[in-house]
Amino acid sequence: MDPVRVLTAVAAPIIRANVDTDIIIPSREMKSVSKTGLAAGLFAGWRYTAIGGRDPNPEFVLNQASYADTRILLGGENFGCGSSREHAVWALHEYGIRAVIAPSFAPIFFGNCVRNGIVPVVLPAAAIAALAAVVQADPQAHRLTVDLERCEVRAATLQAHPFRIEVEARDMLLEGLDAIDLTLKNRAEIEAFLAHDQALRPWIYLETNRR
Amino acid sequence: MPARTLFEKLWSSHLVRDLGDGVGLIAIDRIFLHERTGSVALKSLAESGRALADPARVFCTMDHIVDTFPGRGDETRMPGGKAFITETREAARRAGIRLFDVRDPLQGIVHVISPELGIVLPGATVVCPDSHTCTQGALGAFAWGIGSTEAEHALATGTLRVSKPRTLRVRFEGRLPTGTTAKDMALALIARHGSVGGNGFAVEFAGAAVRELDIEARLTLCNMATEFSAVTGFIAPDEKTFAYLRGRHFAPADALWEHAVVHWRTLVSDDGATFDREIVIDVSDLAPMVTWGTSPEHAIPIDAQVPSLQQSGTSSEAYARALAYMGLEVGTPLRSLAISSAFIGSCTNSRLSDLRRAAKILQGRRVAPGVRAICVPGSMSVKRAAEAEGLDEIFRQAGFEWRESGCSMCFFAGGESFGARERVISSTNRNFESRQGPETRSHLASPETVAASAILGRIAAAKDLTTNDSMTTHDRSAIDGGGG
Repeated sequence: MDPVRVLTAVAAPIIRANVDTDIIIPSREMKSVSKTGLAAGLFAGWRYTAIGGRDPNPEFVLNQASYADTRILLGGENFGCGSSREHAVWALHEYGIRAVIAPSFAPIFFGNCVRNGIVPVVLPAAAIAALAAVVQADPQAHRLTVDLERCEVRAATLQAHPFRIEVEARDMLLEGLDAIDLTLKNRAEIEAFLAHDQALRPWIYLETNRR
Repeated sequence: MPARTLFEKLWSSHLVRDLGDGVGLIAIDRIFLHERTGSVALKSLAESGRALADPARVFCTMDHIVDTFPGRGDETRMPGGKAFITETREAARRAGIRLFDVRDPLQGIVHVISPELGIVLPGATVVCPDSHTCTQGALGAFAWGIGSTEAEHALATGTLRVSKPRTLRVRFEGRLPTGTTAKDMALALIARHGSVGGNGFAVEFAGAAVRELDIEARLTLCNMATEFSAVTGFIAPDEKTFAYLRGRHFAPADALWEHAVVHWRTLVSDDGATFDREIVIDVSDLAPMVTWGTSPEHAIPIDAQVPSLQQSGTSSEAYARALAYMGLEVGTPLRSLAISSAFIGSCTNSRLSDLRRAAKILQGRRVAPGVRAICVPGSMSVKRAAEAEGLDEIFRQAGFEWRESGCSMCFFAGGESFGARERVISSTNRNFESRQGPETRSHLASPETVAASAILGRIAAAKDLTTNDSMTTHDRSAIDGGGG
């Protein structure tokens, strides 16, 4: 996973409540058992004029020239709700998105972002509206900065908006850490826990699942 | 020891290591996978060269894109679906995990078969790369949905790095009126407190009305915790839970069972335990609920009318969009809305008790002309049990399709769907835009409400049916004229 530290980029507002993962990538666009090849399906229902087609819908923000090279999304409440499909985050990442700023995230989507190098930033809706207003005036000139080192979002003409993110999530993103590698360093502790737990709750430990 | 919540007990009994800042390394007791999102986790793990920590505690099913037509095989209506099935089968074989394959008599929807096979147990941690994993909390487990990368982590290490949620207790008090169900309780909660009302919380469902629910109804209630944006929902296990689990396929037996039950009886929130937040809902007057819009929070009593912006409690932009998408006008009574399809199925409402209650309404009646009605049992075990009672005949004679088990048309994956702008009454969990097909208009409700609506050809409650709504004297105008 690539580390994310300080990102200055074009931001696009998709400020709508309950943008679910099927909007981010419709199930019909998940065509193979793979984490890649998904960017073309990103927001397919909004981005193209017809189901399954690839003719761009000029109304959709990411299709507009002024939003070329968008790396940051400004979203609404409950962003990423619905299906747990990580394909939504893989599609965003493959498209180039590295941060999503929203008032609240669905918990599974939030975790998926952290595991894939996308910074999920929680800011109040009013702050996001203010950022969107600045961006919309001139998206290419008014780039936003998501600064994970200082935990703040900056726009040229606004005060910095501080945000809070858990230390663990921040470290993962800053260092591009692989969580499995990290956890396997605690292998001895895990084994000690299991030995203790197996004595307490032997019924949990199946000898076989071939019954 | 100070009074502790059930969640605190579930958390601390699985805490391998405190990772600081509210994050814990949590031991995972059961991992479930399915062909849609589990296959990629198995594949990624294999490519990394890492082994599974304990294959004996990992299970996999084919539910999401497998066809539900009689005589089905690996071919699917979903373009490319076959590859998910065959690759999952191969990956499961290589990983040495238990797969409930397409033709396995125990196959079914993950959150239906896990409880019915006794795979989820009280006090267990259960994860699955599926948002509705919270369903399984109904047995007193800490069960939650994760992404595929986290699934890979759980497979490789037997643990997950989890951000500890805050605790919310939702107490449903009073006595549920006849005809109102667990589904209506879930919809009422989300309607009153919003689709982000549970964000950041582990939700314990409690209170007299929850204790009264049978286990299958509890599964329905916990199922929709994810629609509340909660990390999980769960219910303290009780005698009903133990009676439900006893003798199940993977449940402990004999001395181990006795030992387990002693432990399980301690899985309650202690008197005096404090929660970060508490919600109390009196269900005494709760009516059957139906959604009008495109989020589960857009649920209203079946007697109500399409709300105004002020009544809806949503932003003006979201409100206008939902109204336009659903093809509705303010003030229209829900009951006047004609439906073109009815669906009974999904991890929310496809268990034997759901089918029995729907069948009771359908018996001796027939769906309205032009209505396409489908019933998809949640598992092959449910299907066999229903057939043994003759429920399949009731569904068929009423004009319902009777399918093999799977997630089916709860969501559109590129294969089967309901048509554009078709109005569907559905016992499922999500009424999002295009969830059940491009531009399909979904109304969520209980199986009872779906069955009654199918008969009358419009949104209706079971109590709206009269003895006239039979196979021989089907006269919709007479019913409509009768008020309802």
